[in-house]
Amino acid sequence: MTLYDLIDGEIATVKSFTGNMELQSRLVEMGILPGIRIRRIKTAPMNGPIELKVRDYHLSLRQVDARNILIDQ
Amino acid sequence: MRTAAKTPWVALVGNPNSGKTAIFNVLTGLNQKVSNYPGVTVEKKIGKARFTDGDQFDLLDLPGTYSLTPESMDERIVTEQVLNWIHGDNSPSVIVSVVDATNLSRNFYLTTQLADIGIPVVVALNMMDLVIDKLEINLEKFAKDLGVAAIVPMSATEKWGQNKLLSAIQTSIGVKNHENPFPIFLNDDISSALDPLQDIIKREFGYGDRFSTAQALRLITRHSTLEIYNELTTNGISVDNSFLESLEYKRQNAVDILEDLGIKHRIMEATLRYEWLDSVLRTTKINIDPQIAETNYSEKLDGLLTHKFAGPAIFVLLLYFIFQSIFTWAIIPMDWIDGGVSWIGSQILNIMPAGMLRDLLVEGVIAGVGAILIFLPQILILMFFMTLLEDTGYMARVAFMMDRFMTIIGLHGRSVLPLMSGYACAIPGIMSTRTIDSWKERLITILILPLMSCSARLPVYALMIGAFIPTANVFGFINLQGLTLVMMYFLGTATAFLLAKVFSIFIKVEGKSSFVMELPPYRTPLWRSVFSQVLNRGKLFVVNAGKIIMAISIVLWFLASFPKVDNPNGNENSIHNSYAGKIGRTIEPVIEPLGFDWKLGIGLITSFAAREVLVSTMATIYNVESDGDDVIQLKDAMKSDRNPKTGEPLYTPLVALSLIVFFVFAAQCMATFAIVRNETNTWKWPLFMIVYMNVLAYSASFLVYQGGLLLGFG
Repeated sequence: MTLYDLIDGEIATVKSFTGNMELQSRLVEMGILPGIRIRRIKTAPMNGPIELKVRDYHLSLRQVDARNILIDQ
Repeated sequence: MRTAAKTPWVALVGNPNSGKTAIFNVLTGLNQKVSNYPGVTVEKKIGKARFTDGDQFDLLDLPGTYSLTPESMDERIVTEQVLNWIHGDNSPSVIVSVVDATNLSRNFYLTTQLADIGIPVVVALNMMDLVIDKLEINLEKFAKDLGVAAIVPMSATEKWGQNKLLSAIQTSIGVKNHENPFPIFLNDDISSALDPLQDIIKREFGYGDRFSTAQALRLITRHSTLEIYNELTTNGISVDNSFLESLEYKRQNAVDILEDLGIKHRIMEATLRYEWLDSVLRTTKINIDPQIAETNYSEKLDGLLTHKFAGPAIFVLLLYFIFQSIFTWAIIPMDWIDGGVSWIGSQILNIMPAGMLRDLLVEGVIAGVGAILIFLPQILILMFFMTLLEDTGYMARVAFMMDRFMTIIGLHGRSVLPLMSGYACAIPGIMSTRTIDSWKERLITILILPLMSCSARLPVYALMIGAFIPTANVFGFINLQGLTLVMMYFLGTATAFLLAKVFSIFIKVEGKSSFVMELPPYRTPLWRSVFSQVLNRGKLFVVNAGKIIMAISIVLWFLASFPKVDNPNGNENSIHNSYAGKIGRTIEPVIEPLGFDWKLGIGLITSFAAREVLVSTMATIYNVESDGDDVIQLKDAMKSDRNPKTGEPLYTPLVALSLIVFFVFAAQCMATFAIVRNETNTWKWPLFMIVYMNVLAYSASFLVYQGGLLLGFG
């Protein structure tokens, strides 16, 4: 399952990444590593980007990119 | 970054939203200077500060960055600066790493990279006021583990801890950074892949142990790190090309080895660093993820502010309020400036003897500079709101909410605010596009931004609509004049969006779009910081735009005033016979299909300096008395002007509409294109804009006028 499938409000653990390396390096630099726990907070208006909580801060990313983050719930 | 040899200087580095600028303001007071980095309009802020014993030092505020890998424009600048320091080009005595205490692990990531450099690092553990009861760290042990000189808890908002920070900086000046080894454990596979690369940069550049390992790791992780060396010069000597080639070769070798081992090299540095940092944080009793279920005040506030329906509604209301204030509050100071400029003009008329120099000063320089200064209140008000929205953290939410719509039309969530600024003035709008980290979307935003009807078009719209559009009501309740005005704003915006889509299909520019953006916690802005930012941007606007406006005004004045003809009938004939008049009559055949005569032709030419100049040009041409209300008299003069051949009215509602539509699209304000040149670093894009906008203006105007004639209007 990917972060895209996670329901708003639920918590999961990052397992691994797929796809676009550019995005992967960005995410890892922002501290999203395999093993880290994240909470999906909400989806933006018009079915836009999603908001996450990770490591004491809030991050937003697009839904297409969320499909590249594999998670365990 | 040249500073006097004896004054030490200190660099402030930190994540965006870590309170770096607040610390800069606390330490320097208002003693700061803002300039730009060469070639880019990223602000470079240097201030003077004092240690507790009174000794002075210089403080440089670098752009906010999450890491030293050079991907976005801000990161690139920080990385280039850091590499310049290592290569001996005037390096700082101390680096202050600003860390947000509410968000330790991600902030300390950058600190670990800074500690590799070999220059003493002092950590300013900012925002301690928010976590003072919760955070218990053994700071001394933690500092030792990280390899930094000291960690100083402080709060820039509550103004405590800054003296301890100052002492820590002062004591670490000149402290020799021992040849520490790289603190992160690397397994044999990784070390042996890194070794050849590490050896060669160590030998060639004389890096220390810790930095050569760190840099080898970063070279493998991000190819862009290698690209920076192309730009690097040490004492004016650039890095040898054949060396860079062998570096590239060794890098590729290491990458191949790691790939064969199944190690993802592109996330290697960040993964190793975070794993190490997290283990250090755990031994210092900081757990990195227990609180993600906790809902803080920002999240509660966002329950409303980024709510599916309430969020966008609140944003629209806020926009309405901001534009309302730009057009109402600004009127009073605009009147003052208008009055002040004419007062100075009349004083000069009284003091100076009549002559060319006086005319040049009054009609050229003062009128030209006045024309730009009059928009300063609107720009300052807009800047004030934009800074406020940015500093409270709301701006990121706007990008979050609008990203979906903006992506559909080929733009980016962060395009919204620059485009909004464009309604007041394109210049600050274009300058604020630098927050868009994807170059393609940033470029498209810049290209379409001048189509947002700026406040300089308003006087033109107001004159033509007031004079020629009937005050009739549509459907009994909508005022036709007001409707026309709103339609012109809509026409510009809709065309801008449409073109954004077209450009996004045809413009091939490297750079992938991403939207990995922090939503910082809502914070009360520091008023002092808000005002200093507004003042600095206002200053940049006046200086940048002022230079160009002044030059063009002087040229236009010459064209409109020469050759001098002694004519007792007044100005009309002298303008008719001037160079400007000749130019107007020369271009008349070109603009005739749009319904414009030679007088409007002169107006079109002068409006290249600034759009609103059209109004004053027409006023001068009609030789209107300046005591009364210019616009009303100009209105009457234009209405009663007859075509000398046919005796019919020269200007009809159709001509007015054609002219307004021309102004919606035309590329006129040259200051805008000078700014675009600065931001894109080439004349290619501003020239492209001038061509596409003017082709668009001419075609649209042609369609309106000729179509109108065919339908029997006019």
